Amino acid sequence: MNPGSTLLATIIPLPVLLPLLGAGATLVLSRRPTLQRITSVTVLAAVVVIAALLLVAAARSGPIVITLGSWPVPLGITLVVDPLSALMLLTSMSVTLAVLVYAIGQGVYDRDEATPITIFHPTYLVLAAGVANAFLSGDLFNLYVGFEVLLVASYVLLTLGGSRSRVRAGVTYVIVNVVSSLIFLVGIALVYAAVGTLNLAQISVRMADVSPGTALAIHLVLLTAFGIKAAVFPLSAWLPDSYPTAAAPVTAVFAGLLTKVGVYSIIRTELLLFPGSEVAHTILLVAAALTMLVGALGAIAQSDIKRVLSFTLVSHIGYMIFGIALATPLGVGGAVFYVVHHITVQATLFCVVGLVEGVGGSTSVTRLGGLARASPLLAILWFVPAVNLGGIPPLSGFVGKLGLLQAGVADGAVLAWVLVVVSVLTSLLTLYAVTKVWVLAFWRPAEQVPVAETPESEQEDESPVDPDEEDERDAAHPEDAGEARAGLPGAPSPRGGAMTAVRPGTARTLAGQDANTGAEVDWPVARLAPADGAPALSGRFLGAPGGQVSPRLPRVMAAATGALVAVGVALTVVAGPLYAVADQAADDLVARTPYIQAVFAQTVDNRVSR
Amino acid sequence: MTSPIVLLALVGVLYTTGVYLILERSLTRILLGVLVLGNATNILVIVSGGPTGAAPLVGRAPDAEMSDALVQALVLTAIVITLGVTAFLLALIHRTWTLEREDDLTEDVEDRSVRRRLLRGEQEDEEELDTTGCENVADTDPEDDVGGAAGGTDTESGPDPARAGATSGEGER
Repeated sequence: MNPGSTLLATIIPLPVLLPLLGAGATLVLSRRPTLQRITSVTVLAAVVVIAALLLVAAARSGPIVITLGSWPVPLGITLVVDPLSALMLLTSMSVTLAVLVYAIGQGVYDRDEATPITIFHPTYLVLAAGVANAFLSGDLFNLYVGFEVLLVASYVLLTLGGSRSRVRAGVTYVIVNVVSSLIFLVGIALVYAAVGTLNLAQISVRMADVSPGTALAIHLVLLTAFGIKAAVFPLSAWLPDSYPTAAAPVTAVFAGLLTKVGVYSIIRTELLLFPGSEVAHTILLVAAALTMLVGALGAIAQSDIKRVLSFTLVSHIGYMIFGIALATPLGVGGAVFYVVHHITVQATLFCVVGLVEGVGGSTSVTRLGGLARASPLLAILWFVPAVNLGGIPPLSGFVGKLGLLQAGVADGAVLAWVLVVVSVLTSLLTLYAVTKVWVLAFWRPAEQVPVAETPESEQEDESPVDPDEEDERDAAHPEDAGEARAGLPGAPSPRGGAMTAVRPGTARTLAGQDANTGAEVDWPVARLAPADGAPALSGRFLGAPGGQVSPRLPRVMAAATGALVAVGVALTVVAGPLYAVADQAADDLVARTPYIQAVFAQTVDNRVSR
Repeated sequence: MTSPIVLLALVGVLYTTGVYLILERSLTRILLGVLVLGNATNILVIVSGGPTGAAPLVGRAPDAEMSDALVQALVLTAIVITLGVTAFLLALIHRTWTLEREDDLTEDVEDRSVRRRLLRGEQEDEEELDTTGCENVADTDPEDDVGGAAGGTDTESGPDPARAGATSGEGER
């Protein structure tokens, strides 16, 4: 090992360490919100820089390994940076940073003292640490710990505010994930019983001697655990139920990262631990096809944008599983590229939905309309990532899908061809789903949005408008709280949200919108809709507390979303070099030797130095 | 080598119990199920460390006679994690209780609405879908009124002030 890479090796733990230290610092700074924000942004920005350095190093000189505490390899916990983990780390941390800025923008704009921001920042950083730990871990149990760290943080983030719908969704989410973690732990126990080690590299060497039946059993246990976490079809039902209820930034970061950690683990399981298992590949191919189709069809059936996106999220996991299951360098390269693309695009779309909710007061396409006219910028922010997700050339979604299709065709087996057809079909269905949202929410003139007959009935509406907003607003503006509560007879559900709370907020009619400076109309939001037959957009950005009535999007949130959109587009521009890195990662993964050799080289190093 | 068999049988019994409990609708039973499953898994990890031996302290016994220390470390970690998650689940269950006055896991509302809409078979035309979406909203009234009524009694019986207190507490933070 040259001195340069040793130096680099010492910074490998930092992506885990810095966010954890930052979490402690932000907890201490909980009464100084500004300092807290600066700390979290600085920490994550530093992690992004480190991840970029690691990616360059790993792409140039192969995997870099460090054993914590300089224990010899099989004993100590190893952290490994190979091109795959560095690429995942860089992508996920960039998205995490952008979403953090978005969340800060939202907090600043809403002036929500009630948002438990003291908890948000530390938890968010712990989540980042968990994700980084999972990506860097070279040890199965450390991977489990990474998962648990990020999951526990995600439990807290998902139920932030503790409103009715979030608690309900949170219970499902927690139980499903606890069960999947237990299955993972069972897998760890079985691996340890079979090969007596938990070091990934050593497992992959020793697993060759285990009898095929036992190896397959262990393999499938691990696949089940990771399949739940990655939301692969038969195990994916929890995702669309739980994600949409969370706050927009939280959903964005969950959609971007959490399932991808599961996909990453599947890549490691398939290619490093149990290479060339025909049974598992067949199962994965079938699961991939079903995931794509069921997810896409589910997306079409939904009317709430957040749920549409949750289903497309599930659906597109299928593409990655498809690439992994082919287990050829071409397929894996396509899958790795697709992961990078999908993390960015999916997080972007959820951020945009947060803005849509702010402008339109709802995320249900049945009651949104005229958004393109109300806010052209918002329309662009939605349109670009949406067609990117659908795979319109020349955007990165197309490049990723093309790579996977090529891999499928090159494989040539019947099942691979079926998958190719299903992929194209899913791409079309996704396009249909996002276009439906576009046509209804953005293009449709607001006059055509059907209105319910009585405002009361809207309160029973089932579209999960961010339920916490109401709580938050109530606490922030106690004078409003009483009325909002009174407006919810028996408080049947806080789901009515921004649209229906009978709140003497200001909102503007669309007629006013046309002039772009139009008159503010001072009447309860819920009664606005049927008054002149032209339902108004009633989001909090329009009738914001504190008298900030502006059709413009909040600057920070829009900038963060814009940055994410730009990254998504940039992925297209740099698709060549990026795909080269993905291919290199795939070659390393399929060959397996670079990873294993790098880890074992470390043993010798340490013993010599001792 | 008898103990692994006893322990493995115990693991089997615990898994059966745990799976049974976790399939219940009552949240407290689910929590108990999670605990039982967690303990079963911990025992399984211990068993995976091979035959039992002397305490793994350096110098107390020859290396070969010691039991595996690694699995014990793993199980300690797993126990701590399960403890944390259990505490969080308890808090969630308590929150569910204060909000809903019931212990059961409720069905996803959006799922129900989509299912109802599809059952009526109006998914073809998009405008159609919209209007029906709204009709649907009106139609859900009776059902949700039941929930509303329950919520109403709730408000009277006290959780609402408690909740208001909670939110104002958050405000102070």
